[in-house]
Amino acid sequence: MTILKKNLADNIKSFYFVFQSTFMNNIHQQPQQDLHHIKQMMERSSRFISLSGLSGIAAGITALVGAYFANTVISKATQQPTHDALYNRNATPENYLSLKDYMGSKLFFIAVVTFIISVGLAFLFTYLRSKKTNTPIWGASSKRLIISVAVPMCAGGFYLLKLMEAQAFGLIAPGCLIFYGLALVNAAKYTLGEIKYLGYLQIILGIMACWFTGYGLYFWAVGFGILHIIYGIIMWNKYERE
Amino acid sequence: MEQIRKRISNKFLNQWFNLQMNPIQNLNKTFDNRIRLGIMSALMVNDEINFNELKELLQITDGNLASHIKGLEDAGYLKVQKGFIGKKTNTTYTATKIGERAFKQHIEALEQMISNTK
Repeated sequence: MTILKKNLADNIKSFYFVFQSTFMNNIHQQPQQDLHHIKQMMERSSRFISLSGLSGIAAGITALVGAYFANTVISKATQQPTHDALYNRNATPENYLSLKDYMGSKLFFIAVVTFIISVGLAFLFTYLRSKKTNTPIWGASSKRLIISVAVPMCAGGFYLLKLMEAQAFGLIAPGCLIFYGLALVNAAKYTLGEIKYLGYLQIILGIMACWFTGYGLYFWAVGFGILHIIYGIIMWNKYERE
Repeated sequence: MEQIRKRISNKFLNQWFNLQMNPIQNLNKTFDNRIRLGIMSALMVNDEINFNELKELLQITDGNLASHIKGLEDAGYLKVQKGFIGKKTNTTYTATKIGERAFKQHIEALEQMISNTK
């Protein structure tokens, strides 16, 4: 009789153990899944995470092509005094360019076309990715991202126009890099945080370029071309590779 | 006076003890649903968020979302503002102070459960 009782007690104990372990296992995983879900929802609702690495690569390649064309224009035009003024810090007042001349020049045209194509391609790849990940491209997070990029870029744009007017052409490429870097650092709060480091590198490159005014285009090509491509490859590798 | 102080300290001690030993008790029943959890998470990091944004974020139907929002509103965790953009209605939601506190407590309880089972 006592043996039977002991057996029964053992059985109950082992049943309780099995019951407890399955039950405990369940609540063991639940909180972790919940916290993961919370984190994911916070990320997805506050940051625009569809920004594609391919956008960076495409923008970088466009910048390099643009820089190549700009370079050919510059090397062809070095004999002309008007164009000489663009790249020579010691330009005399007679060969200064007016803003209108500069606006109409081939270089400005190349810059605008490069900008439009790179923004267009960047948008295209990001659009394709947002379709894939099923996240809306036009929401509160993308609006915030665009505003945070646009404010430093517009301020910089006006400043650069004024620099052209003041004939300080050597400072335009460094200015592009610095303001673009600031825009990226500013935007890092609203998209994938790694873009901050790209921003810091652009700023550093821009500041360095201030002291190498004759080589502005090379710095520009490194910053907008090569850094973009490297960033794009890293990001693609990290988030999009299957 | 002494007694009151004792009672208060006991109350806090009890709360602390509960949190340490029995975090399941501190889990908020309102948040035991993934969708409500998602709505609250989004409200915590956004000043305000509208119906369509929530719908896209959570990938659920209008009716489903509306019923969960109603649940959170009844609990006093979120505030509804009805507005217009042009002729379209634009209903936005913000988390209330009570809601924020309840959500933080819920997260703490979840974290406590994880560290207890480790």
